[in-house]
Amino acid sequence: MSELTVEKGTPNMMTFTLPMVAGLGLILGFLTGNVVGSPWIGLLLGTVIGAVLGYVLNTMVPSKATGRWVVIIGFAVIGFLFGGLGGAVGGVIIGAIISWFAYWIGRGAYRDDVPIYATPGQTLWWNFFLFICGAIFIFLITPILVVMPLSFNAEDFFTFTPEMLRLDPEGYSLKHYRDFFETSDWQLALKNSLVIAPIATILSVSLGTLAAIGLSQSHVPGRRAIMAILISPMIVPLIISATGMFFFYSTLGNFLEETVGMSKSLVGYIKVILAHAVLGIPFVIITVTATLVGFDRSLTRAAANMGADPVTTFFRVQMPLILPGVISGGLFAFITSFDEVVVVLFVGSAAQKTLPWQMFIGLREQISPTILAVATILVVISIMLLATVELLRRRSERLRGMSPG
Amino acid sequence: MAETNAGPMLAADGTPLKKSLARALRRQKLRALMLIAPLLIFVLVTFVIPIGDMLLRSVKNDIVADTLPATVEVLGDWDHDAQELPGDDVWTAFYVDMWFAAERKEHTRLGTRLNYELTGVSSLFRKTGRRVDRFDTDIYADQFVALNPEWEAPQTFAAMLDGPAADELPLTADAWARWKEFNVEEGDAVLEEDVPDFVYTALHYELSQGAEVTGASERLRAAAAAVGEFETVSLRDQFADADEDWLDPEVWKTIQLYSPRVTPGYFANAADMQVTPEGLESRPENQQIYGVLFKRTLFMSLVITGSCILLGYPVAWLLANLPMRVANLLMILVLLPFWTSLLVRTSAWKVMLQQQGVVNDVLVWLGLVADDARLTMINNQFGTIVAMTHILLPFMILPMYSVMQTIPPSYLRAAKSLGATNWTAFWRVYFPQSVPGIGAGSILVFILAIGYYITPEIVGGNTGTFISNRIAYHISSSLNWGLAAALGTILLVVVLVLYWAYDRIVGIDNVKLG
Repeated sequence: MSELTVEKGTPNMMTFTLPMVAGLGLILGFLTGNVVGSPWIGLLLGTVIGAVLGYVLNTMVPSKATGRWVVIIGFAVIGFLFGGLGGAVGGVIIGAIISWFAYWIGRGAYRDDVPIYATPGQTLWWNFFLFICGAIFIFLITPILVVMPLSFNAEDFFTFTPEMLRLDPEGYSLKHYRDFFETSDWQLALKNSLVIAPIATILSVSLGTLAAIGLSQSHVPGRRAIMAILISPMIVPLIISATGMFFFYSTLGNFLEETVGMSKSLVGYIKVILAHAVLGIPFVIITVTATLVGFDRSLTRAAANMGADPVTTFFRVQMPLILPGVISGGLFAFITSFDEVVVVLFVGSAAQKTLPWQMFIGLREQISPTILAVATILVVISIMLLATVELLRRRSERLRGMSPG
Repeated sequence: MAETNAGPMLAADGTPLKKSLARALRRQKLRALMLIAPLLIFVLVTFVIPIGDMLLRSVKNDIVADTLPATVEVLGDWDHDAQELPGDDVWTAFYVDMWFAAERKEHTRLGTRLNYELTGVSSLFRKTGRRVDRFDTDIYADQFVALNPEWEAPQTFAAMLDGPAADELPLTADAWARWKEFNVEEGDAVLEEDVPDFVYTALHYELSQGAEVTGASERLRAAAAAVGEFETVSLRDQFADADEDWLDPEVWKTIQLYSPRVTPGYFANAADMQVTPEGLESRPENQQIYGVLFKRTLFMSLVITGSCILLGYPVAWLLANLPMRVANLLMILVLLPFWTSLLVRTSAWKVMLQQQGVVNDVLVWLGLVADDARLTMINNQFGTIVAMTHILLPFMILPMYSVMQTIPPSYLRAAKSLGATNWTAFWRVYFPQSVPGIGAGSILVFILAIGYYITPEIVGGNTGTFISNRIAYHISSSLNWGLAAALGTILLVVVLVLYWAYDRIVGIDNVKLG
């Protein structure tokens, strides 16, 4: 069947394109004018420039790429003349927005995603809906992005300084990162985090994987009850877990110190590691049991048939196949421990201070933007973790013969 | 063939098949349980028992009975309604108890405990603890010794109170037994220490009350006959001297009320009530903080859940209906906040919302807000709601997305081709199918929100804090652990009910991550 193409046509220049682009120019002009101090002149100029651009781009510059670059560079130059480097960046942004809008409106691209029979009202609603979703995505991601440039602040403030806004190199520095790597408090916290999180992860992954394999057997008495108990650390609010652990672990700690004779700091680490391990267990159980659902049980029987003992079967047949689930469960457990602050605050002592704890203290007392440098490092780490989990997920779907996501 | 048909079916090793199968099943069950056991024990010990311990702590009240054992016993008979002070039996027992408590430095802890119930008791106990071993009770020792010098020797007491006389002089015997125990703790020999004043005081009290000593030693009989002539010192005045609040019957009422080892007091406090001899009573209006706090926690969690639904629904719909490749890219924008440290996100919101923060800067820069009228968006409810909505939004989007993915888009088209308007098609066809996703996400977000601590602590100020902040305050600052445990127990019950609902609606097995 041959594809049926329908010519959508372009909107009317005078009654639609020009007013729309001029309207955007009006808003942008007003805002820019406000920054400079004369909003009404800005408004007027913006409207005129918008109308001119809408007309010129859509009638005289058929190549979209050329048109957009010319506008962007033009605005950048004007911005640079008025406001230096910062102005140039502003110019690039405004130029990009208005040139994209001019083509989008002028060529009828706003109807691309709606059916040909959609009424103008439906088209407007659809684009409004996209705009809302875009705003929500911006809401989700902006706070995380804002932290990054601020961590290079040369001043000890949590805010953008005028130098930073002008993109003046003077306004930026690595001093908060240096601070992070040179202050003993932060280094101790980093070291503690890097000791506690991996050990807790190993503990919860090894126990959790075994139990998940047990749970996936066909005949498990009291499966629901067991599952509920194993998942409970995730359901109970952290503050309650922390309160319960605070009472019980101090008794446990006294016992280990006085009766077994362990050193105070070792006991502290043991307490925090046990607490974090148990918090990570639900994540391991959930991910590994989910992976085991797709596991073909006849493979273990085949291995046994060929003479492999259960241990060999587990490590050579089952483990490689469920490894993606185990690793992503482990990553969840790791991030749980690495991120956790309430329980460690209650259970640990100052010697077990972790990164989140140190950040929490810093935020409460608002001492330095070093927190933002640490935050940036943590965001980079979480991007890497996210990428790993995503790759593992795709791999496991491929292995199970599902379509790659 | 005829042979095998005759008997039951046999397995290869000759046992009946049924039995053999049952054995195999049992073995399989056992193996599964063996695999689960280590983790189950681990979770029980490191998590379930601590939670249970906390639940017990919310009603446990051992400290009064442990610190003041003799007083608690005699105070039980005191009639608190008479508005009279307790009699000499209580004062004497209390003197003995206080002496030990002060020596062991336990009286301050007891004072702190009772101070939760009656303000001022803490300093009362602290002051008295400093004075109690300097009471003027040495005159009793002097008078006993003057009567018979043998009364000075600890051996006399040891011989007397380990014998049958102990039954007649219960308080003295008890004081002596505890004195022995105390010396063992300190590593001293009781027979080399001077007999303490409170033993003489107790002995004097019991003898003057007419203890039956006819069968006892000559010495004791003589003493019993002589105590009537002894110069006495009023313990009540001694205590009143240390702090005259001891003459306030309220103090004794409180001690009596909190003598039992199990108390509803913490729960009553958590519900803005107080335990009185007449039963539970509401606290005065201006002292009711927990009701307000619980209401606020529920209200804010509801608002956060609501705004998560409002923001999450369109995004989940878009993600579920866009082509896979684009949806996966946009999914990163949802997952990145999900994976980013909670403290990073909270600090980011502090940066965004503070008076000199990014949002205010942008508003001022654009001229929408005057520089001297910057908005207050942090350290109040608004800040907490915005930050927590952002933090919990992924937990709403992900379950909604996984439900919406399963709704075939052809249903909507079918509805429209049958003449439904856009709104009808959405409201009557699509929305009902997406409700399970909304339910799952809402309960998840609500459970998480109701127990949040870190974010309200940092951006909540005074008006945006949750019940969890109060729990943390009682754990680390006010040290009223019983109250913290009671508040935690109430919160836990709320969460478990919600969790049960979640299990009924979604099922725990269906929790998906990432």
